Amino acid sequence: MSATRSLPVICAIGFVALIVVGLLLPEWAMFLTTMAFAKGLVALGIVCLMRAGLVSFGQGLYFCIGAYVAGLMANWTGITDIFLLTALGIIASGITGMIFGPLLATYRGIFFAMLTLSLSMILYGFLSKMTALGGTDGLNVAAPTFLGYAPEGRALGLSLYVYTCAIVVIAGGLVRTFFDSERGLIALAIRDNELRVEYLGASVRKEIVFSYVAAGILGGIGGVISGLAIGHVDPETAYWTTSGEFVFVAILSGYLSIPAVFVGSLLLEVVRSFSNLYFPNTWQLSLGIFLLAVILLLPNGLGSLLAWRKRRRETS
Amino acid sequence: MELLAFILVDGLIYGAWLFIVSVGLTLVFGVLNILNLAHGSLYAIGAYATASAVGAYFALGGDAFPMGSYLAMVIGALLVAVVLGPLLERGLLRHFYDRDHVIVVLVTYGVFLILEDVMKLIWGVTPLFVSEPYSLLGNVELGPLFYVAYDFLVIAVAIMSGLAVWFFLNRTRRGKVVLAVIHDREMSQTMGVNVDRVFLVCFTVGVFLAALGGALTAPMISVSPGIGVNVIIIAFAVVIIGGLGSIEGAAIGALFVGIARAASVHLLPEAELFIIYLVMAVVLVFRPEGLFSKTEARKI
Repeated sequence: MSATRSLPVICAIGFVALIVVGLLLPEWAMFLTTMAFAKGLVALGIVCLMRAGLVSFGQGLYFCIGAYVAGLMANWTGITDIFLLTALGIIASGITGMIFGPLLATYRGIFFAMLTLSLSMILYGFLSKMTALGGTDGLNVAAPTFLGYAPEGRALGLSLYVYTCAIVVIAGGLVRTFFDSERGLIALAIRDNELRVEYLGASVRKEIVFSYVAAGILGGIGGVISGLAIGHVDPETAYWTTSGEFVFVAILSGYLSIPAVFVGSLLLEVVRSFSNLYFPNTWQLSLGIFLLAVILLLPNGLGSLLAWRKRRRETS
Repeated sequence: MELLAFILVDGLIYGAWLFIVSVGLTLVFGVLNILNLAHGSLYAIGAYATASAVGAYFALGGDAFPMGSYLAMVIGALLVAVVLGPLLERGLLRHFYDRDHVIVVLVTYGVFLILEDVMKLIWGVTPLFVSEPYSLLGNVELGPLFYVAYDFLVIAVAIMSGLAVWFFLNRTRRGKVVLAVIHDREMSQTMGVNVDRVFLVCFTVGVFLAALGGALTAPMISVSPGIGVNVIIIAFAVVIIGGLGSIEGAAIGALFVGIARAASVHLLPEAELFIIYLVMAVVLVFRPEGLFSKTEARKI
């Protein structure tokens, strides 16, 4: 119980800490962190599903929807307010999730993964062919405004960073509450034994649809932020390799700890940027080796390190 | 009517190609229970190895007997299989058999990333062309239509490789052992089957089939980085439509997808890029485990 009560406090402390760190960061690192957190939100969605034993290999679908909602709304209607765009992204991805969720809820394991992947590839194919939406080149996105405040240069980067941190902390808190709720705990039970959950009177289907929609919304928010941060969206966001990276972050982090997801995402971005810089021709190679090393050395993800320390603290 | 003929022949040719690139994937899944995301990279490596082998063949005076270049293609694919098959299975995948399904998929994703760059390191980024074998066989006239005879070679190879795998699995003693391993890994081990070796051989055969697909494709395209990324997802779609681990399923799935794509190319070109995934999604909605699923072989 005390964990639930202290959650707002932890979130507030985390937010302040992130802002303080952010103020000290150089511009490139701030952008990198913003992007890592945006992608971390998508990975957090996969973690929601992972708790129920499902892995979506197509979260790029929601990432892409979010990014395109931001891009198209800014271009067509001139809306640049980031709060409004985020809300629109949530609505778009939420509705999409509610359409596909019930359909996907009957699938498990590799079929769930492949069906989600195919949905995201359909969107990729569609966007690549739609010249009205920019085709494979994608489209540019205007810089966001914050309730009328229109920053430029470093101020823009900082505002985006603060906004992203706020979203991350809120989303993290909500997801934690969800994980500890009755509903969230049922997800773990589904992972263990689906049949028993049904016998005990809970609806596995409802639970999975709920987790899937939540994952979709998180993906959509991540897409909106990354679209605005880069200032450009293209169909590549729905490509399967993009989704593969999200799954990688989710597996790297494990489903035991929520902060670990964002640490994992940050770690991936850092590894990618540095290998891009130092081994421009072989950055995929370094990324692949990093991935294999993580899977070999940390079977339960980064979160298991944190959870292990916590357990040790409790016993001593 | 003519359009229908167009669609059918094009669909058959494309379907044959699809079958070759996906049959190895379904074999590896059926036996090892691994969904190999690196399959597309193995295909690409096969294409590169072929480009080098055929290039070397002509450089060493193969012009006197150009038909030998087909042999060079097969040798190129074989070399890839013999080197990479054991390396990947023994060196890497073996350590993950007891881990979660998705983890193994992610491991092969890592292999995919690594191989993509390794290819660039070995063969560079400039496209390679080996069009000689493509034009060697001349053209074929089918009613009002002209086709390159090589396309029909692809169909022949697809039928041959499909029959070979089917015959091996269902009509030979060793093949029956493999089926026993698919059915129950532990039980066959206690009966004295060397499961490790079955895994190694089957994975290597899977690599060979992927590389053969690449070898056959190399003369038709410019071999450049990134050719494997698309193939893997297409092969997945085919295999999922047919039912994972089923050879017959892969054949039907390939034909299905081949004709659907040919129809979309002729009737609705805008849809060409995603028609495959659409077919897959529709099939999965009605047959959640694919057309020829073998779910009864798996235990809960």
